[in-house]
Amino acid sequence: MKKLLVILLLAVVAYSLGTALMSVKFGENRLGKVQDEETVSAFYLNNTPEKLSVANVVTAIVVNYRGFDTLGEVSVLFLAAMGLGSILYHRHKEGEEEEAILKPSSQLVQAGSKLIFPAILVLGAYVFIHGHLTPGGGFQGGAIIATGFLLMMMAYKDYKVSHKVLTWVESIAGVTFAGIGMWGLIVSQSFLENTLPIGTLNNLFSGGIIPIIYVAVGFKVAAELTGVLDTLLNIKDKH
Amino acid sequence: MMFNVIVILVLAVILLAAAVYAVAQKDLLYAVLATGVISLILSVFFFIMQAPDVALTEAAIGIALTTIIFIITIRNTSRREDEVPVEHEPDRVDKESKIIKQ
Repeated sequence: MKKLLVILLLAVVAYSLGTALMSVKFGENRLGKVQDEETVSAFYLNNTPEKLSVANVVTAIVVNYRGFDTLGEVSVLFLAAMGLGSILYHRHKEGEEEEAILKPSSQLVQAGSKLIFPAILVLGAYVFIHGHLTPGGGFQGGAIIATGFLLMMMAYKDYKVSHKVLTWVESIAGVTFAGIGMWGLIVSQSFLENTLPIGTLNNLFSGGIIPIIYVAVGFKVAAELTGVLDTLLNIKDKH
Repeated sequence: MMFNVIVILVLAVILLAAAVYAVAQKDLLYAVLATGVISLILSVFFFIMQAPDVALTEAAIGIALTTIIFIITIRNTSRREDEVPVEHEPDRVDKESKIIKQ
């Protein structure tokens, strides 16, 4: 009786959720005409394709109009990774046996992950390189690449990523982002000003600084998340 | 159209059931797996609601990274949700104070 009630309740809530989702027409262009031309959203939707030649308006807002916020977001992620690392990092001492907490996977999993790992990396790189043309961007691409490394870490017990390389990649990406911002400050008196040529809409090399920043963010996020996962997976087993 | 309706309704039922299960389950490993299922269905919903950017993020971070991080944490702590509060369990307090001393 109680279970029946629970199922009934779930069905009712699911029905209301479903009717709300139903009003969204799949694949239809809902942007259409903007009601009020005075609003900020109308400005973004009307001006982004011509002025920045960026097809993905979300990317234009995240990297160009609100670029400084993105810099803050990236530094928040950096601080989180750094805090986790400072708490959990275990320096390898002389004569101490390093023992990963994972058990070795089966041969099938190992062979399969070796096969799929490059494909995941390419997908992640595609997502952040085409961030200004297709949905996605630096954060999404970086997270996808980190899942690829996670797969390899889970499949191979002794798969090691070099923290030195991760640190360098992360630092160079962060310095690139901040450096582009400073360059804008020098050239046209505004931090993260889009100073490079805009190009034509739907070209890979278009949108000025947007693709460069998103590639930097992609590398940075991938390096940070991979470092976090590696730190977590190599906690020494206390039992 | 009818097909879409049925798919969305079934997904919504699974989403809510997984959410209830994640809260009610005392075994934390199964609860974490249920949150992974929630993320999976949420990313499908984000895609249906025309937010593919968010769907990508939810797929990569919600399904893979968060679930794995929680599983590793459970591996290093305790698997079952304690029903007795910590202060009524002298054994547990001893363990914790030892960890703090270290």
